[in-house]
Amino acid sequence: MTTESMPTPTKAEPAQNPRALARARKRQSAARFWREYSGHRSGLWGLGALVLIALVAVFAPQLVGADSQSVTGAPGGALESPSGEFPLGTDQFGRSVLALLVWGTRVSLTVGLLAAFLCVAIGTVVGIVAGHFHGWYSTVLMRVTDWFLVMPTLVLAIALATVMDRSMWTVVIAIGVTTWPTTARLVRAQTLAVESRPYIERARALGGGHGHIMVRHVLPNVMPLVLAQTTLVISSAILTEATLAFLGLSDPTTTSWGGMLQDAREAGAVSAGDWWYLAPPGIAIALVALAFTLCGRAIESVLNPKLGVAR
Amino acid sequence: MTADSTPALVQIADADTDGPAPAGPSAARGPRARNTKAYLQYVAAKIAGAAVSLFAVLVTSFFLFRLIPSDPVKQMTGGRPVSVEQLQSLRRQFGLDQPMWQQFTSYVGDALTGDFGTSFQFHAPVIDKITEALPATLLLTGTSYVLYTALGIWLGTRTAWRNGSMSDRFNTAFALTLYSVPAFWLGLLLIIVFSVGIGPIPGMFPTGGLESGNETGFAYILDVAHHLVLPVVTLVAVGYAQTLLVMRSSLLDEMGSDYLTTARAKGLRDDVVRRKHAVPNAMLPTFTLMFVNLGHVVAGQILVETVFSWPGLGGLFYEALSVPDLPLVQGLFFVFATAVILANTLADVLYPLLDPRVGR
Repeated sequence: MTTESMPTPTKAEPAQNPRALARARKRQSAARFWREYSGHRSGLWGLGALVLIALVAVFAPQLVGADSQSVTGAPGGALESPSGEFPLGTDQFGRSVLALLVWGTRVSLTVGLLAAFLCVAIGTVVGIVAGHFHGWYSTVLMRVTDWFLVMPTLVLAIALATVMDRSMWTVVIAIGVTTWPTTARLVRAQTLAVESRPYIERARALGGGHGHIMVRHVLPNVMPLVLAQTTLVISSAILTEATLAFLGLSDPTTTSWGGMLQDAREAGAVSAGDWWYLAPPGIAIALVALAFTLCGRAIESVLNPKLGVAR
Repeated sequence: MTADSTPALVQIADADTDGPAPAGPSAARGPRARNTKAYLQYVAAKIAGAAVSLFAVLVTSFFLFRLIPSDPVKQMTGGRPVSVEQLQSLRRQFGLDQPMWQQFTSYVGDALTGDFGTSFQFHAPVIDKITEALPATLLLTGTSYVLYTALGIWLGTRTAWRNGSMSDRFNTAFALTLYSVPAFWLGLLLIIVFSVGIGPIPGMFPTGGLESGNETGFAYILDVAHHLVLPVVTLVAVGYAQTLLVMRSSLLDEMGSDYLTTARAKGLRDDVVRRKHAVPNAMLPTFTLMFVNLGHVVAGQILVETVFSWPGLGGLFYEALSVPDLPLVQGLFFVFATAVILANTLADVLYPLLDPRVGR
């Protein structure tokens, strides 16, 4: 992205220093990226939804009150149907389902983002190192990657979450360490493509070491791909988080959407037909996951127009 | 659709190996024998790789469940009050008083003979519990696997061929939305709507299980099919999007190709161009995905099976987790991973037969 040839704007002022030049190029490149991204209507919808959801997460205490998660002194009766006071009814402790839904936004977004970050960070480091170096350690790294790849992700994540303490971090780690191989393979392929370009040879000829080439030359060129991959990983991380919470493997003291579904099931909402308690958390999960997927697909198709994502 | 494309591709592969003019059987044997040998070597390498992976899985499940918890016996007892003598006898029973390497070798030896120990909660050999639950899982996930793969390929082809049309947009958006839905939640919702029934909709499907328990013969088959509807609908709804998207994008990749223009210039109908020329070539990435998914057929859908009380491996895994029944969890983990490895190896072995550019 950043290395493509630009219309050279600096002919008139040749004395401009190289850092300013690089900054100007980055700005231009970002502007062009945004122009192309905004051509994707579904991507814009996804982005708008994400901004809205992030605002809800940040202002949760102001929106529904800081004490709406507490079981003691809950305002309503158990399992009330939707009413004027409780638009989505109440749970078995008499808490407002809408308030819990708003609070759950925080956990789902935090876990989704952190897990995706962990996954992409591991994947990027392994991918670049395996692509840059040749010989036996590249082979070993890719063998390890393949081995993680054949492990059923959810089963491994559940197993990890079972043997560790119940907390939000356990879920983040369990998702992060089980989902990175796909990213690593993608990044490795891109690294191999970047490393075959002449400017890498030039950097090497000028005395650039392994670290310099990987960080200053390869990394900036795999970053766009990594960005697209991150947004796609986030949505699957949010789904996995909900699954683990539904299995009761997450921190039981924090409100999350998956945990709400588990509570609803335990309270007998399924056989009682209490759809207002069950439907909202699932819709919320689906909305967030869909928003991230739409953004990820739009970014992907800006970077690789051949994919033909519907605009 | 696969059945359509496979022979065509294999024929292409054969034509390549035969060379331009096979004068007779003896002339053809030369290059073909060489290629067969190369192929066999390739297959051997893949099988060796799978064996290494299997061993790695064995090692993983050993260390994952024995080393991470500070005291496996405490994990096994799950906080219930037990005396010191009981703890010690438990340790002896599971060989935990032996040195680590000895535990490891006996574990590997047992696992290779299909012995994964005794389940804590059922007091039965783990392998028996697994073989008992396997048919139910294969029935449920196998049925939905066939359905969502076929649906994904069919819709993927249609959407790509009419890229940008109203139906393309609608189908892609619908699939993406279902793809973002947690499967277990969709299952719960379907149970509420179609089993419990809300408003005017009566409960017309059973809430869970595999059978009602009092049917025989043909009525039994109908009964099982009746129980199968909701879980299969759940799995197909959540699962077909991935196949659709892969099929769609790989067909879009092919659509600009010159050979399609040539086919059209020959005067072939649009339908024939799609079926005989474009789709077989676009099938390759979908084929890979199909095998990835095939590996997960055995793992089942842990949560969907749980939600529908389906007596399969996924439900068994959930039960084992909630105890936690470590030998059973360990055994299931190994079986799930093995299925994925076998499916991937099968894909690797078959791929060069479909695409002569690979592995030769």
